Amino acid sequence: MTEALIQKIIDSSVVDGPGNRSAIFFQGCNFNCTYCHNPETIPMKSPTATSMTLKEVLAVIQSNIPFIQGITTSGGECTLQKEFLRALFRETKKLGLTNFMDTNGSVPFTAMEELLALTDGVMLDVKAADNSEHIKLTGASNETVLQNLDFLASRGKLYEIRTVLVENAFDNLGTIRQVSEILKPYFGTGKIRYKLIRVRSKGVRTPYRKLRPPSEEMIVNLRDILLKAGFSEVVVV
Amino acid sequence: MVYTEGVIDVKIYRNHQETVADVTQIIQDASLTYEQQTLALAKLAENQLPLPVGEDEEILELFEKGIICDLDEGHGPYAPRYILPDYEKFFAQGSQFLRLEPPKNLLEAIQTLQIFYHHVPSITRFPVYLGRIDKLLDPFITDREEAREQIKWFLIHLDRTINDSFSHANVGPEETVAGTIIIDLIGELQNVTPNLTILYDKEKTSEAFALSCVTSSLVCANPAFASDRRFRDDFGDDYGIASCYNGLPTGGGAFTLSRLRLNRIVDEAASREDFFASHLPRAVDALLRFMESKIKFLAEETPFFTSNFLVKEGFVDLDRFVGLFGLVGMDEAVDNLMKKEGRNLSYGIDREANELALDILDFIQERVGGFTSGYGKVWGNHFLLHSQVGAAGDEGTTPGMRIAIDKDMPLYDHLRQAAQVHPYFPSGIGDHFPFDYTAKENPQAVLDIFKGGFESGMRYISAYSEDGDIIRVTGYLVKKSDLEKFNQGEQISYDTIQYAKEPLEKHGILNRKVVGVND
Repeated sequence: MTEALIQKIIDSSVVDGPGNRSAIFFQGCNFNCTYCHNPETIPMKSPTATSMTLKEVLAVIQSNIPFIQGITTSGGECTLQKEFLRALFRETKKLGLTNFMDTNGSVPFTAMEELLALTDGVMLDVKAADNSEHIKLTGASNETVLQNLDFLASRGKLYEIRTVLVENAFDNLGTIRQVSEILKPYFGTGKIRYKLIRVRSKGVRTPYRKLRPPSEEMIVNLRDILLKAGFSEVVVV
Repeated sequence: MVYTEGVIDVKIYRNHQETVADVTQIIQDASLTYEQQTLALAKLAENQLPLPVGEDEEILELFEKGIICDLDEGHGPYAPRYILPDYEKFFAQGSQFLRLEPPKNLLEAIQTLQIFYHHVPSITRFPVYLGRIDKLLDPFITDREEAREQIKWFLIHLDRTINDSFSHANVGPEETVAGTIIIDLIGELQNVTPNLTILYDKEKTSEAFALSCVTSSLVCANPAFASDRRFRDDFGDDYGIASCYNGLPTGGGAFTLSRLRLNRIVDEAASREDFFASHLPRAVDALLRFMESKIKFLAEETPFFTSNFLVKEGFVDLDRFVGLFGLVGMDEAVDNLMKKEGRNLSYGIDREANELALDILDFIQERVGGFTSGYGKVWGNHFLLHSQVGAAGDEGTTPGMRIAIDKDMPLYDHLRQAAQVHPYFPSGIGDHFPFDYTAKENPQAVLDIFKGGFESGMRYISAYSEDGDIIRVTGYLVKKSDLEKFNQGEQISYDTIQYAKEPLEKHGILNRKVVGVND
């Protein structure tokens, strides 16, 4: 596949992986998270998305050199267009850039070896460790997500875990505890960051706008637990 | 000639009453400190003299039209505008005049520097160049904790006694213990003085040190980044960054800085042809003449270069001083020239407009380069171009070569455009970018952008946090909270606050496009 459906490309992003990066937002997601802050990227087709060839995407990226150290693919869910991703990452490597991806972890990385080899780091969303909670939130099981969590860490490709914090709706504490447990064998082998994201109402669909983040006290508590568990850095946004 | 506040910054006193009125105003001004009053009175006394260029009708006319501006340098310059003493030499040999031996430990090093700084004049009376303070102090550090305490008080001393945030110190390119301590302290101290620049070279500066410099700049707007490689290409090893962001030879400096408002020249021209054939060359030639007369006066009719201890003991050398030929208002100049041709093309944004700017710079570079001064051997007896950034009366004139703030430029396009003009200005040009809170979490991103800027051809760039109290105005730092106090009529210890008022309140500095989260 040499074309992909792209919602937007941000030339300079300082919040999608290490350093300054160009972020490519793919259209279409197989999760339907209630708190999604860019729900326009969820449908597989969208009037605001553009079908772009590999060459076109590369041209945008190239025009951002030398100001970026790499690209980050996001979405939507970028791994749903994994063939395109692989072709893109192959080309960006030739340009001396690093490749990061922001993923919901629903596609098994065990079946994407070549893509993973071209990937420098993965930002993996672990929305909820409890499966019934995950289904309630996203409409899908987290089985593959948790397998990916372990697998990516074992390959040294897990750059960051991301969990959105919501008061009273989800067991945030349970999630970070279970993630810490799964990653226990890997803390000694490399750095893994954790990003805690306060749920926000901007961009969120109307019925879910009332979700609120937990208290600052709770967030500090979560942060301390993660640092004690062995994460190299905990970022709260 | 009529003196209009802010627009014409040269005042010719015609009678005793005018002098008395100004003296009275200065000594009754409650918002000035005693020191600021004294300096204003000294300037007033100096300005009783005729201009060194004499009764040159053409120059006076250009002054009146706001085309030439001498930045209130004064009519009888009796010391160079910017002095960059050879501090390494001072540390090696001490000073007879100051009765100081070479320092033997950190305490002595700091004390001798502080004493020396007191005796370095400049246009503001305060030293505009404090040297590579990390390299000067580092060899004396034996105990890190003790050094931290001493350097902390060194920095506090500088801020409280050098009441002028043009005063500039340099660090880098290599990481040193002293440099690390300085960068670590400035965030905590939140001082506006000294203005600080890291001489950055990605081959010599460690990533960790560069990142701590970025992090610091997002907390206290210091330090700015200079491309060490580019400045070395221009000046060799012996240079420093002084005042706003001015690259100059050490052991020397700049005699004078006067400037042309390019936009005001365009106002007079009927067309592009008329501008290039008549108005621009006339203005350039007039400014060259004006500057040369000033330098000659300073070098030959004042005792500085024969009697000052800095000269006599070899800390500066007449031949290592240059004249700075300043330019402002390129943005409005280009846009207006385009308009005169009925074309709606805009500097910064449109390729043809940017090309016109380069044509203007090529023309000026050639004309200024074609003038042989009696002074400035270090630069082949030529003046250096300087992209100057603002003075009183600059409303409607964008600083130097910058793009007007209200033009919404994408970041990389902005940097690339800046990179096209930076090579013309060895003696100073710079761009400053406010970043939002997200950058504090990711200083690496800011460093990536800086590296890209340098790779594209920029020579100087800085960041500050949009929500911080300290802001880099045009090149120097002030606290927004101090400006509020100043506006209430309170005295502020540093003089730069007076210069910041117009840029912050009228020139839209606070509206610079913020870099950060885009979604």
